[in-house]
Amino acid sequence: MDVLNALVAFANFVFVPGLAYGAQLALGALGVTLIYGILRFSNFAHGDTMAFGTALTIIGTNVLLGLGITFGPLPTALLALPFGIGATVLLVLLIDWLVYKFYRDQKAAPVILVIVSMGVMFVMNGIVRFVIGVDDIRFADGERFIITARDFRNMTGLDEGLAIKTTQAITVVVAFVVVAILFWFLNKTRTGKSMRAFSDNEDLALLSGINPDWVVKVTWMIVAALATTAGVLYGLDKSFKAFTYFQLLLPIFAASIVGGLGNPLGAIAGGFVIAFSEVTITYAWKKVLTYLLPDSLAPDGLVQLMSTDYKFAVSFAILIVVLLFKPTGLFKGQSV
Amino acid sequence: MKKLLMATSAIAMMTSSAFAAGHAEEVKIGVILGFTGPLESITPAMGAAAEMAMAEVTESGALLGGATVTSVRADSTCIDSGAAASAAERLVTSDGVNAIMGADCSGVTGSILQNVARPNGIVMISPSATSPGLSTVESDGLFFRTAPSDARQGVIITEILQDRGVSEVALTYTNNDYGKGLADAFQAAFEAAGGKVTISAAHEDGKADYSAEVGALASAGGDVLVVAGYVDQGGSGVVRSALDSGAFDTFYFPDGMVGVRLNENFGDELNGSFGAYPGTDSPGATLFEGLAEGAGFDGTGAFAPESYDAAALIMLAMQAAGSSASGDFKNHIFDVANAPGIEIFPGELGKGLELIAAGEQIDYVGASAVELIVPGESAGNYQEIEFADGVYSTIGYR
Repeated sequence: MDVLNALVAFANFVFVPGLAYGAQLALGALGVTLIYGILRFSNFAHGDTMAFGTALTIIGTNVLLGLGITFGPLPTALLALPFGIGATVLLVLLIDWLVYKFYRDQKAAPVILVIVSMGVMFVMNGIVRFVIGVDDIRFADGERFIITARDFRNMTGLDEGLAIKTTQAITVVVAFVVVAILFWFLNKTRTGKSMRAFSDNEDLALLSGINPDWVVKVTWMIVAALATTAGVLYGLDKSFKAFTYFQLLLPIFAASIVGGLGNPLGAIAGGFVIAFSEVTITYAWKKVLTYLLPDSLAPDGLVQLMSTDYKFAVSFAILIVVLLFKPTGLFKGQSV
Repeated sequence: MKKLLMATSAIAMMTSSAFAAGHAEEVKIGVILGFTGPLESITPAMGAAAEMAMAEVTESGALLGGATVTSVRADSTCIDSGAAASAAERLVTSDGVNAIMGADCSGVTGSILQNVARPNGIVMISPSATSPGLSTVESDGLFFRTAPSDARQGVIITEILQDRGVSEVALTYTNNDYGKGLADAFQAAFEAAGGKVTISAAHEDGKADYSAEVGALASAGGDVLVVAGYVDQGGSGVVRSALDSGAFDTFYFPDGMVGVRLNENFGDELNGSFGAYPGTDSPGATLFEGLAEGAGFDGTGAFAPESYDAAALIMLAMQAAGSSASGDFKNHIFDVANAPGIEIFPGELGKGLELIAAGEQIDYVGASAVELIVPGESAGNYQEIEFADGVYSTIGYR
């Protein structure tokens, strides 16, 4: 019984939240890694692309709710998601045409594109605040929980509860589906193959007749779709606030670099590595150990390796260690 | 002809200087608040409140023989001390402000005080910096605040928890001068009174995920979780995560956490939770809310009344000193803020200025029942709140 309690406590406070957060980071990191692999720069505007997509999805959700349309037990935002994706696709294509194309034609060095993307980031920062404001917005509706901590306790008779939120389940499922579609697209379709060819060797790809403009456009469209999906899932699970999305950029970059920039599989692994390292290393094991150990050995202290202040230090320490020993990341990406 | 020209120019010069004398002085007050950054959702009402006081004074025409008061806004960012100091430097050196209303967050306030206000001898009155550290800081008598120090709030929290028989709490604070100051003040007061703080864990604002913090807090346990954070920020994130995972059911909310946003975000889930924030049953608060509604902003917003009072105190002290220079009026702020004298409420700034001009003493009560104590901070009135049926309501004053 105590072993079960320990397991449930661990699942409730470490495994379930870590899994959902990891899936959100993985989706974000996929977008960053695709841009890096194909357009060859680190896109600092990614966090704000997520914010823009989410903002428009929220507006779409409000319109649907105004019309009396809901998605039953699921959040209505999922119905509005295609609208958000469509608008974001238009915006990033416009920005690419207005800004990035100019530098691409000049064959600008990647570091210049990075700085340009920072400029784009600040502009999008402003656009998002104009569109939806600076406030904290909750837009999740429908059933909030698959199972609440209290119900779980009553059902099983255990002392510990296990809560699983609908949004956590949706996040994991949607992330899985999106990643499956993306890999099918990259590996099986003609456009996907030409994208990978373009990423591996640009000159060779151009020689074999691949249309670079088309590849760039498709990349932006996929990135916009991934960013919007990641942003909406994150916003459903927590809440939407423009400032927070800007801050999301850091763990997303950490995830894509740990996994190996330019490698989609690495981005997913990186997302989970960062999420779990943030949650587990700073977890206070007192509760779990109190269940597992005999009373005489039960810990008095918190049994916490590090205070939670250091959770970002943990992910960046992992980042540095990975870069020292495997400069291309856990999975073979491009060297940074 | 030559003489005529000279005469005309002489007359022109005389009249222009006469015009200048007849022209009333223009007083500039810098309003430096975090219009971007973690407090961006409450600062618009704070800025509007301070500007409402300035408009009221300008309209009355009673300040220093009809001076107009204009506001110059600057962005403190709340978190970036360097950016805040350079914004304040701009206010002082390029805009030439006579005094500063601000800043909002404790960290940037300390930075502006040391790097700009003291070197330039400019008075600053902060409406919302509550860190206990600011009570003992070197200020040359230039720094005041219409918000109480959190050392006082630590005692209030301890009293409220003990009245409810809570002896073990977990504590989380936002990792900045405000959160750390309040957490330390509370922990010292609570432990001195025999309570136990099982864990004191920091959380960063505006971050993506708070599972790690809630995991640690839940593991340490406690009857109540004290959340010394911001309602717009990590504070709500931690509460959301704690509720969802069933880690805590009952919370204590200090001043930074109390706001209508709590009702909107959580509603019924918080029933039974409680807290306290600066507030008073003085009629000033209601008067101020009415004025704010007329001016088109939310007068119940956190620190909006304190902002109005900060700006008002600056202008009343100028009147008492008969000068808009910081060096002259800094010694008059206590006089106008405290008894004895005729009580002045929001909307009566013109009356207050006229009374001072007539040589009467005033006691500015304002929107937040200002009573300054040494070294120049509000003594602090708190209202205790409790959640029932998904909304919080005031159940008493302390």
